[in-house]
Amino acid sequence: MGIEVLNNCIGCSKCVGSCPFEAISMSNKKAVIDLTKCTLCGACVQVCPVKAIVISREMVKRDLSAYRDVWVFVEFADDADIKKQGEIKKVSFELLSKGRFLADKLNQKLCAVVLTDKNRDYEKILSEYGADRVYLLENDEYLPYDTDIYSASIMSLINKYKPSIFLFGATYKGRDLAPRMAANLYVGLTADCTDLNINNDGLLVQSRPAFGGNIMADILSPNSRPQMATVRPNVMKIVKVLPKAVEVIKEDIRIDKNIRRVKVVQRHKEEEKGYTKIENADIIVSGGRGLKSKEKFEILNELAKLLNASVGASRAAVDSGFIDKKHQVGQSGTTVRPRLYLAFGISGAVQHLVGMKNSDVIVAINKDPNAMIFSVSKYAIIGDAHDIAKKLIEKIKSAKAVA
Amino acid sequence: MNIFVCIKQVPDTTEVKINPETGTLIRAGVPSILNPYDHFAVVNALKIKKSNPDAVVNVISMGPPQAKAVIQMALALGCDNGYLLSDAAFAGSDTWATAYALSSAIKKIGKYDIIICGMQAIDGDTAQVGPQIASQLNIPQVTFADNVEIENKKALIKRHIDDGYDTIESPLPVLVTMVMPKDYELPFPSFVNITKALSKPFFTYTADDIMAKKEYLGLKGSPTQVNRIYPPQREVKTTVINTTSVEAVDKIIEILKQENFIK
Repeated sequence: MGIEVLNNCIGCSKCVGSCPFEAISMSNKKAVIDLTKCTLCGACVQVCPVKAIVISREMVKRDLSAYRDVWVFVEFADDADIKKQGEIKKVSFELLSKGRFLADKLNQKLCAVVLTDKNRDYEKILSEYGADRVYLLENDEYLPYDTDIYSASIMSLINKYKPSIFLFGATYKGRDLAPRMAANLYVGLTADCTDLNINNDGLLVQSRPAFGGNIMADILSPNSRPQMATVRPNVMKIVKVLPKAVEVIKEDIRIDKNIRRVKVVQRHKEEEKGYTKIENADIIVSGGRGLKSKEKFEILNELAKLLNASVGASRAAVDSGFIDKKHQVGQSGTTVRPRLYLAFGISGAVQHLVGMKNSDVIVAINKDPNAMIFSVSKYAIIGDAHDIAKKLIEKIKSAKAVA
Repeated sequence: MNIFVCIKQVPDTTEVKINPETGTLIRAGVPSILNPYDHFAVVNALKIKKSNPDAVVNVISMGPPQAKAVIQMALALGCDNGYLLSDAAFAGSDTWATAYALSSAIKKIGKYDIIICGMQAIDGDTAQVGPQIASQLNIPQVTFADNVEIENKKALIKRHIDDGYDTIESPLPVLVTMVMPKDYELPFPSFVNITKALSKPFFTYTADDIMAKKEYLGLKGSPTQVNRIYPPQREVKTTVINTTSVEAVDKIIEILKQENFIK
């Protein structure tokens, strides 16, 4: 890889201010790049009005041994107020837990990458999920999220510290940011992984479903670093560790406001309607087309209320108009990992199974003894889904009345 | 104004079946369709053209020669020019190499004000090609949008976020990836328009035509490698309960207690 200033440079010096590492100066009205300081982050390429700065991405034999450690991008919940950062998202803890496993296998460090307006003791909670080190980038420009600002900052961090593995949540933000950087760095990126491991060569094995969940594929990125992956939320198990000393490395990365190109004019939040969203639910009571009608499906609402659960649905049930799409579990809906998944009248199309098979306990009720859902269930109950749901409600109610 | 729409021909994954004995995909007889998200991207591009009559909508795809079918479909829906990138050199490209080919082609074809992609293809589900094209062209990107309009040479975009959406304003050129609004019914072209589309401009390009370097294409140019393909595993020990519904309910209560979900 290399960086070059072409002859069409007009000497506007916009790039000088954009460089986080003060690697650019002007000489004879042309930009000159100090290669000892340049990290190839690309911030200058973005601000150049005449495209006079070019980073070439030759697939030269890179010195891969210089790349060490497992990094996790720490994601924060969006907030109604775009000036205030929300809580750390659960997916970040899931990534750290899996990252800890990978780092131990490699005998390397697990590092959390935090971009924030202001640190709020984040290192404490991150260390509870296994982080050895936190790279802390503080700047008001990190709110609201901006693809260009985040990618320029993180790429310069990557170029400086050279991680071997870099994990992102397969969320709106992660799926926006990771491909932007992977394209720029010319490194491999695997989308929406459902499992990660280290093979005998020390490479990251990235497993993901394809063809609507009908097959699984193991993907390697053998010749580029970092090996980047986005990981589906609610798939990896959260493992807390005993908190230990955590190293905080503050990086002062200069940000040129001009690289923010898109503007958030307004943020619209949907009001919570008093129920837990399925992706966060502890218990999910879910229904499929086997419940036959919208009226019969609605019995699940009552059961969910009694069990303090959320209501899920198969794609067939959503397509039949039994319930709104935001309750849909599966490849084209939400992936869930509750402690209990109660499936009523769900046949178990592959695309549904991909989205719920990691639930801790699955209890399925279906009148077809060959229903696919039973293949992932701990308890397979053969019977009429609606009838059993109805009787279950009565039973729980009478038990509560006694108590 | 020049609009590009990137589309892909995909197998209809809802029709894909698994051979229960071998655990492999049965692809025979599975229809090929225009990726639904790309289909929606085409619809949105045509909506922009309606309010900007000078706009030209170019539709571009990379794939085998038979992928011409989805380009013809987009032309029949109202797009102006069709481009198919088809060359053995493209075979085996991962998202990086695909984005490289598409961005090279877009640069070669000419000026672009807005590039619209489906959020992801239903066969690969990566959602990476759109942002990777934007990155390689060095233009801003707005992902997971369900509406784009152009006003006063700016793009107004409705982008999904957790629990809601953002209204975004972006300068041109910009790349936008699209999700479909709930319950959206995709339009299909009329027979008359399908016939008319046959005489619209259509070009097939090779790697040389778009001045793409072969070392960045195909398997060789792809930083990711597929190491192994296998059927999804299921390793759960299942207890089957086949009794009357009253006994089944008792059993469920017992399970809920045993697993500590109720007291």
